[in-house]
Amino acid sequence: MTDFNAMTEALVACDAVKLTDLVNSALAADVPAGDILNNGLIAGMDIVGEKMESGDMFIPEVLMAAQAMGACVEILKPHLGEDGAAAGASVIIGTVKGDLHDIGKNLVAMMMESAGLTVHNLGVDIAPENFVEEIKAKSAKVVCLSALLTTTMPAMKQTVDAIVEAGLRDEVKILVGGAPVTQAFADEIGADGFAADAGSASKLAKKLAA
Amino acid sequence: MFEVIGERINTSRKLVQAAVADRDADYIIDDVKKQQDAGATYIDVNAGARIGHEEEDMKWLLDTIQPIATVPLTLDSPDPAILEMAFAMVEKTPMINSISLEKERFDAMMPFLDGKDCKVIALCMDDAGMPSSSDDILGRAKTLVAELNKIGIGTANIYVDPLVQPISTDSSKGVMVLDAVRAIKAEFPEVHITGGLSNISYGLPQRHIINRTFVTLMMDAGMDSAIIDPLDSKIMASIRTADMLLGHDQFCMNYLKGTRDGSIVS
Repeated sequence: MTDFNAMTEALVACDAVKLTDLVNSALAADVPAGDILNNGLIAGMDIVGEKMESGDMFIPEVLMAAQAMGACVEILKPHLGEDGAAAGASVIIGTVKGDLHDIGKNLVAMMMESAGLTVHNLGVDIAPENFVEEIKAKSAKVVCLSALLTTTMPAMKQTVDAIVEAGLRDEVKILVGGAPVTQAFADEIGADGFAADAGSASKLAKKLAA
Repeated sequence: MFEVIGERINTSRKLVQAAVADRDADYIIDDVKKQQDAGATYIDVNAGARIGHEEEDMKWLLDTIQPIATVPLTLDSPDPAILEMAFAMVEKTPMINSISLEKERFDAMMPFLDGKDCKVIALCMDDAGMPSSSDDILGRAKTLVAELNKIGIGTANIYVDPLVQPISTDSSKGVMVLDAVRAIKAEFPEVHITGGLSNISYGLPQRHIINRTFVTLMMDAGMDSAIIDPLDSKIMASIRTADMLLGHDQFCMNYLKGTRDGSIVS
């Protein structure tokens, strides 16, 4: 019986050396790579996300944990069969048109990747029609819109409207976030959800994609 | 002397938005007076958050603030039409917040600024996004100064904002902006350096101590203005103390005045 708790603890402690040892030992003991990924690494990052949400862990620690996880995913990759590597739900994320801020959006993308979702990070200054195209191209289950400025918040509504007009509203869940964005604004423009930080955004995306 | 641009009159702040929506002049007047008493040398006025109401909100705010303003105003909007209206309403030479190298913003702001007597905040932002190195910041600052000089805005009226970025996502972001400020001041001794500071502490706990430690480092590098909340007495005390330590306070008079009126305590 593999002790996945030790892995999640090492991840939460941002201890890359210990985590790598545990992953290598588990592989040597013939634990399936997919189990290590899901029950060790992704489960650990879920805890990291929760601790971020509750203010018990901070961005530099989350980055360290994600880096440690990334190194272990590289170790697992050659061992992940088609089944074990079954991709998580497709998520699209981008900063809306007119807005060039990407730090928060990239953190959210990183947390979602760590949570096992398949994240397509479109970048900044993404026009509504580009979001629509990518939703189709990537068969996205969730689309995440970021805006850091009050002046670019209207572009979030335009993007939601474009998704409705394209007839995709029932196929995709829409999440919004960014410093000036609130739950009230999310409700007003017809989004499905709002998250205040990367940890809760990732949790919410997983829930909505399920 | 360090110039403090008081940031509180901004409709993205909940209480200000409520006061503006209710046309509660007393609230606004009281807030502006408090900022002035605390040492603000400019009062920033931003009416952008109530989407669709910016023009009427800006007009009402200026009508309300102008009669009691003892310092110049910083007119804060991306819309040249709003700024044109605001510019005509103020008595003292205002500061404009802001121009950047983002094409749309730049093209909209240049005709407005052309030939105007004003100060202007110049953001080191372009269509590629946030700057990625101190050289990148310096390059953007040079372009902004050159372009603004061409339309008659002297270097001493330009307030370059090098764009402080969170140290939580990259430990080198503090040094990056400090180096950039030194390089900009070496290139243009007359230019001012301003900006918000709180981005530095994004994503970290106990943010205020980071912000007020950082401002003193930035001041040593050449920052001589900041967009902050003047009612944050601890950062104001740090600024005045650093101003003295950097030789900008003859006979330490401002520092001593602060200790006597209680605004500077150990």
